[in-house]
Amino acid sequence: MSKLRTGVLGVFPHLDTATAAIRRLRKEGFELTVYSPTPRHEVEEALGTKESPVRIFTLVGAFTGTAAGTALATWASIEWPLVVGGKSIIALPAFSVIMFELTILLGALSTVAGLFILGRIPHLGPAEAPMYHPSFTAGNFGVFAHAPRDRYGDVQRIMSESGSEEVLVDQR
Amino acid sequence: MSVVEPSTVTRSAFHPDVESYEQVNRDAMRLLTRPGKGYVALLAMSVALVGLLVFAELHNIIYGLGMVGDNWAVMITTFVFWVGIGHAGTLISAILYLFRAPWRQAIYRFAEAMTVFAVLTAALFPLLHIGRPWFFYWLLPLPSQRGIWPNFRSPLLWDVFAVTTYLTVSSVFFYIGLIPDIAAARDSTTDPMRKKVYGILSLGWRGTDREWRHFTRAYLFLAALATPLVLSVHSVVSWDFAVSIVPGWHTTIFAPYFVAGAILSGVAMVVTLMVPVHKIFRLGAYFTPVHYDRLAKLLLLTSLIVGYAYGMEYFMAYYSGELYERDVFWDRVTGDYWWAGWSMITFNAIVPQLLWIKKIRQNLNAFFIISVFVNIGMWYERFVIIVPSLSHSYEPWKFWNMHMTWVDASLLLGSFGWFFMWFLLFLRYLPGLSMAEIKEVLPPPMKHHAPEQLAHDEAEMVAETLPTGYKEREVR
Repeated sequence: MSKLRTGVLGVFPHLDTATAAIRRLRKEGFELTVYSPTPRHEVEEALGTKESPVRIFTLVGAFTGTAAGTALATWASIEWPLVVGGKSIIALPAFSVIMFELTILLGALSTVAGLFILGRIPHLGPAEAPMYHPSFTAGNFGVFAHAPRDRYGDVQRIMSESGSEEVLVDQR
Repeated sequence: MSVVEPSTVTRSAFHPDVESYEQVNRDAMRLLTRPGKGYVALLAMSVALVGLLVFAELHNIIYGLGMVGDNWAVMITTFVFWVGIGHAGTLISAILYLFRAPWRQAIYRFAEAMTVFAVLTAALFPLLHIGRPWFFYWLLPLPSQRGIWPNFRSPLLWDVFAVTTYLTVSSVFFYIGLIPDIAAARDSTTDPMRKKVYGILSLGWRGTDREWRHFTRAYLFLAALATPLVLSVHSVVSWDFAVSIVPGWHTTIFAPYFVAGAILSGVAMVVTLMVPVHKIFRLGAYFTPVHYDRLAKLLLLTSLIVGYAYGMEYFMAYYSGELYERDVFWDRVTGDYWWAGWSMITFNAIVPQLLWIKKIRQNLNAFFIISVFVNIGMWYERFVIIVPSLSHSYEPWKFWNMHMTWVDASLLLGSFGWFFMWFLLFLRYLPGLSMAEIKEVLPPPMKHHAPEQLAHDEAEMVAETLPTGYKEREVR
């Protein structure tokens, strides 16, 4: 699913005006890209965002780690069985440390992989929305409506009515 | 006084002096500009100490480990000390995140940076003490040329897994948390070189809804994974000792005792770093009395746990009736190392009790001094565990006395140089205040009405009353 490459960007210094614009634009059927300096539940609620599937990556990574830890310690011990300190060759209490650490390690790394794949980080190629403003990492919220050129007027009207301080139009 | 629209002046109970989202960015970016003479001097000193470390290590490589004191005592002590320091950073960044403690946001970046650099410092010592550091890969789970794998039943191998996992996960957690702030630095810096570097490091972050949606979840799961990890790491380090049969080491109390001690030392180091940074950069709007109050209480709690563990060790030595155990513990406070034993007890279990007094808790200078004492005390704790126990083991003819050589001292001092070098470089080049996360605890800018969520936040904050009596006012 790729979004339209043209559209209008509204700069909102306030959260409530941004969420109002998001709600109205969604009602009109526009696809949106919302910029915010900090994660806010209000934005997610206005956008109707679903739970992120990153957790599946975490779960699969963590269990892979447990399995890998068990397999590595067991297999390496059987490969060349040496009795050390009178312990049994497959000593699960001792191996539990290896299993635990690899659970965490692979769980964490696959969580990051999930974030990078799903969040499209690092950004290579054209960005999701063609317009951006540096103030979005400082204090402003940004709403980019992916719209065809003939609907720019509608979007601009909704944005200024909702309280956008500045409406920028993609001229390309 | 500037006139502000009444609808926009809602202030956070935690950061009453922070007016807006933009101010957070301005203040955070202020840290990245204009290093003073003091900074350059400190950095030069740290680099000089790193030079000392390199020199001592070259001596080790050329002449062998003969100049490293008996049983690598100082190296192992310093290794455990630095691993422990790291723990408070993860406690603050991950555990307090899961507890949704709102006083975490302003201080966690410093604490987390401290964690990463402390573990980086600790990681030096296993490499240095093996004598031929270029064979460090023998530690890794790889078969030798005869097809023999490392012994997975050995606590030393567990330690390799625990410490490398900890270093990896805490670095990843640190970097992921930094991404939105590096993007903010990229957007506000005017220096073209910095803009370019921050641009690469921020991985094209723009704060879109897609990015935040996955970021917040991923961050939560990383915190959830880091929490048991941090508790496991010092437990595993403690098992390096506890699994052996040396009197004074072979106790089941070691894991919780080490973890509590680690958090005590880490919180102390956080305070030791925070107070000067606070004073130099005038960060009173972010490091408020509430933050120090909470840190003091954390320090007090862990100090009580550690004090309890000290008492319990003596009780068990007495109650077990074990001759060697009793002898070692008696020797710790009356033998050749009585000074180390008493330093440990005084600095870790007695001095922090001053924090029960509210006046002391809220006096930054007093708190700073107490934190330095705890740092010293925690180094002594590891020293006391390692040296007197080994030097006073089963056979009287094997008793020995530790002599600190210049190589030991150089490695110890050098480790501080190495740690502070990274920390100072971090302060200058990466955002030390988490801009995105501090904004989470600020009320969002509103034009018309307060959101429903704010009312909920406010109710939570009623319980978080600011302690009174904090005299310092920042010049803004």
